[in-house]
Amino acid sequence: MPPRIPAAALALLLSVPGCSGGGADAARPGAKVLRIAMSEEPPQLDSTRATDQVSIFVLGHVMEGLTRYGRAGEIVPGVAERWELGDRKAVFHLRERARWSDGPPVTAHDFVFAWRTAVDPKTASEYAFILYPVKNAEAIASGKLPAGALGVRARDDRTLEVEFERPTGHFLALTAFATYLPLREDFYRARPGRYAADAPDLLSNGPFVLSRWVHGASLTFEKNPRYWDEESVTLDRIEVPYITPDANTVYSLFKDGKIDSTGLGRDQLPLAQADRFRMRAFSTGSAFYMEFNHRPGKPTANLHLRRAIRLVFHPGEFVSKVLGVPGTLPGTRLIPRWVRGVAEPFVREHPLDPVRPDLVAAKAELALARKELGGTLPPLLWLTGEGAGASREAEYVQYLLSSRLGLTLKIDKQTFKQRLAKMTSGEFDVVSAGWGPDYADPMTFADLFASWNENNRGRWRNARYDALIREAQGTVDPARRMDAMAEAERILLDEVAILPTSEGGAVYVLSPRVTGVVRHMVGTDPDFTRARIAEGAR
Amino acid sequence: MIAYTLKRLLAGVVTVFFIATATFALMHAVPGDPLAGAKVRSPEIRANLQARYGLDRPVLVQYAVYMRNMAKGDFGISFTQQNRSVNDIIRQHFPVSAVLGLLALGFATLGGVLLGSLTAQLRGRMTDRTVLFLVVVGISVPSFVFAALAQEGVLLWNAWAGTTVLPVAGWGTFRAMILPALSLGLGTLAFLTRLMRSSLLEIVSQDYVRTARAKGLPGWRIFLFHELRNGILPVITLLGPALASITTGGFVVETVFAIPGLGRYFVQAVQALDYTVIMGLTVFYGAFLVLMVIAVDIAYGWVDPRIRVAKEGGA
Repeated sequence: MPPRIPAAALALLLSVPGCSGGGADAARPGAKVLRIAMSEEPPQLDSTRATDQVSIFVLGHVMEGLTRYGRAGEIVPGVAERWELGDRKAVFHLRERARWSDGPPVTAHDFVFAWRTAVDPKTASEYAFILYPVKNAEAIASGKLPAGALGVRARDDRTLEVEFERPTGHFLALTAFATYLPLREDFYRARPGRYAADAPDLLSNGPFVLSRWVHGASLTFEKNPRYWDEESVTLDRIEVPYITPDANTVYSLFKDGKIDSTGLGRDQLPLAQADRFRMRAFSTGSAFYMEFNHRPGKPTANLHLRRAIRLVFHPGEFVSKVLGVPGTLPGTRLIPRWVRGVAEPFVREHPLDPVRPDLVAAKAELALARKELGGTLPPLLWLTGEGAGASREAEYVQYLLSSRLGLTLKIDKQTFKQRLAKMTSGEFDVVSAGWGPDYADPMTFADLFASWNENNRGRWRNARYDALIREAQGTVDPARRMDAMAEAERILLDEVAILPTSEGGAVYVLSPRVTGVVRHMVGTDPDFTRARIAEGAR
Repeated sequence: MIAYTLKRLLAGVVTVFFIATATFALMHAVPGDPLAGAKVRSPEIRANLQARYGLDRPVLVQYAVYMRNMAKGDFGISFTQQNRSVNDIIRQHFPVSAVLGLLALGFATLGGVLLGSLTAQLRGRMTDRTVLFLVVVGISVPSFVFAALAQEGVLLWNAWAGTTVLPVAGWGTFRAMILPALSLGLGTLAFLTRLMRSSLLEIVSQDYVRTARAKGLPGWRIFLFHELRNGILPVITLLGPALASITTGGFVVETVFAIPGLGRYFVQAVQALDYTVIMGLTVFYGAFLVLMVIAVDIAYGWVDPRIRVAKEGGA
């Protein structure tokens, strides 16, 4: 839509330079409106195809699945009010009051249709794999079976039956994921290829509806009066009047009082400090690590060399001196501290002895490595991405390896897509890598290094590790699952298949009038659905 | 005249064809996979995606299909926004870039002609030197640096005034457009000032100006009807290409001021290897630039018969 330039605007500008223009401020008095900026416009609001943070943020505010994440990251009932989860199947009972924003109830058929659509090869959903625990999903995505063969059916309008391909202990975390959201068939089919392309083309069943979307410029979410839990939603509206990836601009908008919250990059931290804003740190849920190349012929395929590197690397020093972002934690394991085990954090239920830096032991390992590799150690190739953070990390490791071990590190900085291509083809010795969780369960990290997982870019293979992951994937018994994954993680770390560096953290600022904002490690983040605005505040 | 116009337009179509072909070839030669994401897709999911975008067919077939669709005016569906056509992206965001570009160019032309005339009149004096110094600064400081500084300044101004004097960022009201247009037009303004000044200085010593002065015409008449009218010609020549370059070159300013212009989509598409958007926008921008150049040539030929005759004779 071309921008409208009101004829009166010029006169206004010339006569009243101090007037605070703009419709947002002139909204009806007492309306509780939260304003934020977005880094980009949501690329994909069709839930069967959404993969990125921004789209999932929007979907988390306008949609609701069978389950969702609560304040503490626990799984809470969503459209389903209760369920029975077994080894072979699960039954979900949908709540009577769950409604679409245009009136009709959300039924079990809406889930059946959505899931079939997501695994249909014609949809070409990148996240079809997340439905693979459902019977026949993989065969359908591979074109071997029709979409109708998917192991999900509506016993009646309010009962959804799911048949599993294999026992899936983390299924309730999966049903909170975007790909599992419901879609109403008549609405979807009425917009061939255009579902969710604009605000009127998206049907909601969540706390808000997307009422306005000016591409690239702004989005408006209005409270959904038909949402079953609408009493818990106190905001009248969420406005996104600005979309830009420029972090300095967004910070300026916050400072100017135009938005209520924003994340801070490393460059904005000192500014916010000087401006005396209250900063809040939180954990983003991601794990970061050095991924070694284990392909034959690579120096990093040598265990002693990897051990030597681990013995000189100090995650605590790395996080405080190099990353310097509050909320970031030293990486000591594959599975981050926030992930739950059976009842408590996984790392507390399965403690590990920390590895302490030890220069003498490191040099002994290096000597062994040199002997096994035939006397000389070639320079190591460090593959990393663009950006100042990636450079700082690379230079730190370069300095560390050269000063402590006399190793040479060559840095290969690549754009995102090129780096992915080189990771897949194995053109690296060490790559600075990370993983953002898809669901709140250790398995989202644990199966990464199974030999069949294509995200295992270093091609590390360990039969015992594979067997343990299979074991954890073969049962819904929480204790057995957690034990198997803990044992697998121990093997991974003993073998230094990867070297954990940090657990992602970030900092944000929030207007003092806003409370009840929840930060999640997985799914919708930040979560403003139950945010509150103080009475009488601007 | 009509034959000349047709000939130029035909040459333009051929140019655009070559732009499209070269972009297609370069885009496929760039390393990296448009379908690669942070998380590896399994083979069957990859295959489904490739089939959806026709990437499972030989490159030459892809090229043929693409060119045929393009000839029909269909640029295809974006790889990143899978339910949005490239045509929609152009339709919705080019007007924003165009409005911003026109405003910036208007500001640059007005300012350039005014300052150029002023410095030419006051040659060698303090005002002249100060403006010339600022012109050098304006040409050398990139627009995004000025944009960031201007934003910081407005932030301070707003805080001092206790109200919104000018918006820090955003789009939709005229007031929101002022700062971005100034930032974007500053370089061109500086350039046009210098051009205008040198053009006027050359004219001041022409015979007809001396004649006018000898006839005893008042200074303002000489300036308006003899000096300015002729001195402004080089500026007009530059307006077409300047509009194209301002309109297509504003992506950094668009990012800084959170403006939903086309430039941002272009840059994002290149980073994401979004084939259809890269192709669509390159061809569109290419065609726009070619059209601007042709428009200026035709307009110029229409204004100045000598040029038309020379071109027709030469062709």
